[in-house]
Amino acid sequence: MKVGLLYSRIRKDEKLLLSELRERDHDIAKIDVRKQQFNVSEAPAVFDDLDIVVDRCLSTSRSVYATKFAAAYDVPVVNGPDVAEVCADKVKNSLALVEAGVPTPDTDVAFTKDAALESIEDFGYPCVLKPVVGSWGRLMAKIDSRDAAEAILEHKATLGHYEHKVFYVQEFVDKPGRDIRVLAVDGEPVAAMVRSSDHWLTNAAKGAETDTFELDERALELVEKASAAVGGGLLGIDLMETGVSRSDTQGSSGEREAGTASDANGDSREQSAPRDYEFEDYTVHEVNHTVEFKALNEVSGVDVPSEVVDWLESKAQSESGTETST
Amino acid sequence: MADCIECGAAVSLHDSLEVGEIVDCSTCGAELEVIATDPVDLDSAPELEEDWGE
Repeated sequence: MKVGLLYSRIRKDEKLLLSELRERDHDIAKIDVRKQQFNVSEAPAVFDDLDIVVDRCLSTSRSVYATKFAAAYDVPVVNGPDVAEVCADKVKNSLALVEAGVPTPDTDVAFTKDAALESIEDFGYPCVLKPVVGSWGRLMAKIDSRDAAEAILEHKATLGHYEHKVFYVQEFVDKPGRDIRVLAVDGEPVAAMVRSSDHWLTNAAKGAETDTFELDERALELVEKASAAVGGGLLGIDLMETGVSRSDTQGSSGEREAGTASDANGDSREQSAPRDYEFEDYTVHEVNHTVEFKALNEVSGVDVPSEVVDWLESKAQSESGTETST
Repeated sequence: MADCIECGAAVSLHDSLEVGEIVDCSTCGAELEVIATDPVDLDSAPELEEDWGE
């Protein structure tokens, strides 16, 4: 097949993907979106004869528009523009999850400092203020007091881009020092890991430690539902454990020991990343549409690029079959 | 090898270099983008943008 790769920077993730595609003798058109002119009615020549386009844009804004153009040029694109639009924006992401009945942190959106401050006071301290567009844990604020809230809101309102005046206020989830990243294709998990840190942010980009994670039935169910909620595709789904009760009082960053845990279904089983606490359920805080997977590839024992290319091949084949049949 | 466009030092490069990849200059620490691989051409890497991520 001939694969177009939308990009502006080749990270290790893209190198892994390119290497796997080349090993399988697929033709590749690397499309540096910085160098393209996307005409509204005529596709650039680089889109000719592509069986599928894979969006690996580092920039969310470019991703949203470039996928829209790929779809307009009638080239199947992974992930599609509708998925990108939902996942690119935390407000749309939260709404989609709630609409699908997926547990997700309680969130308010407010458009003025005063209204946002009311939400913050209602949530109580700590709570969290996030940019509606952003990644890697950047510009996230854990708000511990009214003084801090007033200062952060004023900074955002005064110094920020207009999007920073869309105040996304969220309950603080007292997670057990870690969250869970699942890479899934159309709701089917490929690999999962936990990201642990003493810091409240547990993004791998913030230096969190990673380890394997075995999904239980509840997590599998939520991954499938969260994927469907945003339109499916190649996704990174982030979950946190909620309702944590610890056997010790050391807090979330204490040393962990091997053991069993009760999951939301009451099942007890050995976990690949052992817990020394019990929890009630998971909450899905985010679904990412240009998922990074180098860390997953290293820790999970799964050949992630191979699994992704398997899925791309079947996707391209089914899209081609759809065209033939219509 | 290629020259760092920031400090002029020789930058060591690996075999599987890819256009669009970022390499670091071990002398000055600059992030450099690979513009071409044959021959190798390097330019300053773009600064981090607010909407970058996954």
